[in-house]
Amino acid sequence: MDVLHWDGTLSAKDFRIGAFAFAQKWESCNLAFPPWSWLPCPKHPWLAPPEEEGYLSLEKICISRPNEEEDIDQISQIDTGEEETCCSRNEDVLDDATLVQSNHHELHYCDFHIVYSSTFRVPVLYFRAYCSDGRPLPLDEIEKELPACASKELSKKWTFITQEEHPCLKRPWYKLHPCGTAEWMKLLFLSDTANPKFEVVLELYLLSWFSVVGQVFGLRISLKISN
Amino acid sequence: MEAPKFVWEGAIPLQIHLHESQVTTLPPPPPALILAPRIGYLPLLAPLIKPYFSSTLPPGVDTIWFDYNGLPLKWYIPTGVLFDLLCPEPERPWNITVHFRGYPGSVLIPCEGEDSVKWSFINSLKEAAYIMNGNCKNVMNMSQSDQLELWHSVMNGNLEAYQRVSSKLKLATVDDEYASLCLQKSQQSVIETDLPAQAKTGRVPVRLYVLSVSKDFDDLDEIPRVDSWEKISYINRPVEIRKEDKCFTLHDALKILLPELFLDESLMNVKLGGVDLEDAVRNSNEDVTSDKVVEDQGQNACKRPEACRISSSAEIKLIRIQGIEPKLEIPFSWVANNLLNPDYFLHVCVCVKVAQ
Repeated sequence: MDVLHWDGTLSAKDFRIGAFAFAQKWESCNLAFPPWSWLPCPKHPWLAPPEEEGYLSLEKICISRPNEEEDIDQISQIDTGEEETCCSRNEDVLDDATLVQSNHHELHYCDFHIVYSSTFRVPVLYFRAYCSDGRPLPLDEIEKELPACASKELSKKWTFITQEEHPCLKRPWYKLHPCGTAEWMKLLFLSDTANPKFEVVLELYLLSWFSVVGQVFGLRISLKISN
Repeated sequence: MEAPKFVWEGAIPLQIHLHESQVTTLPPPPPALILAPRIGYLPLLAPLIKPYFSSTLPPGVDTIWFDYNGLPLKWYIPTGVLFDLLCPEPERPWNITVHFRGYPGSVLIPCEGEDSVKWSFINSLKEAAYIMNGNCKNVMNMSQSDQLELWHSVMNGNLEAYQRVSSKLKLATVDDEYASLCLQKSQQSVIETDLPAQAKTGRVPVRLYVLSVSKDFDDLDEIPRVDSWEKISYINRPVEIRKEDKCFTLHDALKILLPELFLDESLMNVKLGGVDLEDAVRNSNEDVTSDKVVEDQGQNACKRPEACRISSSAEIKLIRIQGIEPKLEIPFSWVANNLLNPDYFLHVCVCVKVAQ
């Protein structure tokens, strides 16, 4: 497929391929985080089974921000750390978490699911947040935990948050609205002077996409993977 | 324009009981009788319902929600669709229970009154627009006043106002194959009328709801009550109307939506509304023994004409759109243009009997 005439969307099959490529790259480079896992959708009896029938899941990610410095510290570690140092610093990150707990700062966690939308033909980020005792966090409390740059992102039209049913789990989750995704994904790849082949686009699609939507949660992707 | 008028005027007579845990007076208040628009949403009835029960409620903050036989009703599904889905044998009046306390937040999306319903509606409209036009700019860029007018037209069931505002969204409808068929039949020349120059699209936003029933039944009133949303699957799927020599029917659309239920249909004489569909459908699954043919034909002697055994392990017992059971040979374009909800989605309810 000619990327110049590509509309920025993925088929269900492409999504699955892209999702596996993303999960693999993530696992090999982003050691500060657990790996994404591919979960099958609970089977809808009789409904047209699109090939995807599954989604990526990354759960129990701590999003608490005790203070700004620590946050920046953590991000820079993920950003610049080489694989080995990343590994050793990874322990520091965990140590921080222990420290936080002893400071009586309540920890908040987030679950992220990447689900394919057959309407918008793009990946959609669903999330929910909760305290360590499992109590769900309402949106205004989640927003307090998000890094300062998130509010800037959220004020833009294409990343607003709505509460909707998780398409597979049929429970209330939050999602970043996908109606602009195809458009900015297309721009993202068109601006690439190399004019890559569609197979390459597919390989990098979810990574590029997540490097944008992940910012809302301060989840920065190591530069190493994206290169 | 007859059919949309019927759709917009469609209403469900509700008999609403206050949940016993919230009754603090003796005698308990009598149920409220309210006519609920099919295209409306349950929380919008709050201003009508509350006066009936406000004097008996315990102190506290009101958060309204409803259940039917203990099943929390999802408020973001239009009232008419809930009724079609959960009452295969229509119950009139429909006895549902209202709660003002104890919102089941793990099952239902929180509802903070009319505003939540409005945004849910707009989001749905946006999704439909994306399916039809490939983008939702027209919905996103709607002026504040148009958006309000559109929403009020839905709330008040004002079809004229709705058509006036929604036409600005330029959500192209599909060519009505039924109308053009009639024109040709009546020997009239097909004249290019002064229709607005809209781009015609073949993508129809469909929200399909499937109720699976494992118990065998002959009559609809034998269907066991739905006690969990687990028994219902629903998805949004665009259906592409394919331009072929023959008319693209509702049957063709369902075949795309529920392929597993139509696997071996050419083996049977499916009689639907007196029309033999055997010749009309092409079969992709030939590897069934002749024994099965006999079996399928034997089981085909069903009481309800529209109940057809389509796959050997499951059968579609009922298809309901806007409260009616349409014949499957109706052109899908007619269904899409006339039976859609104001959010531009065609909500289709199907009841499937699953063999155990």
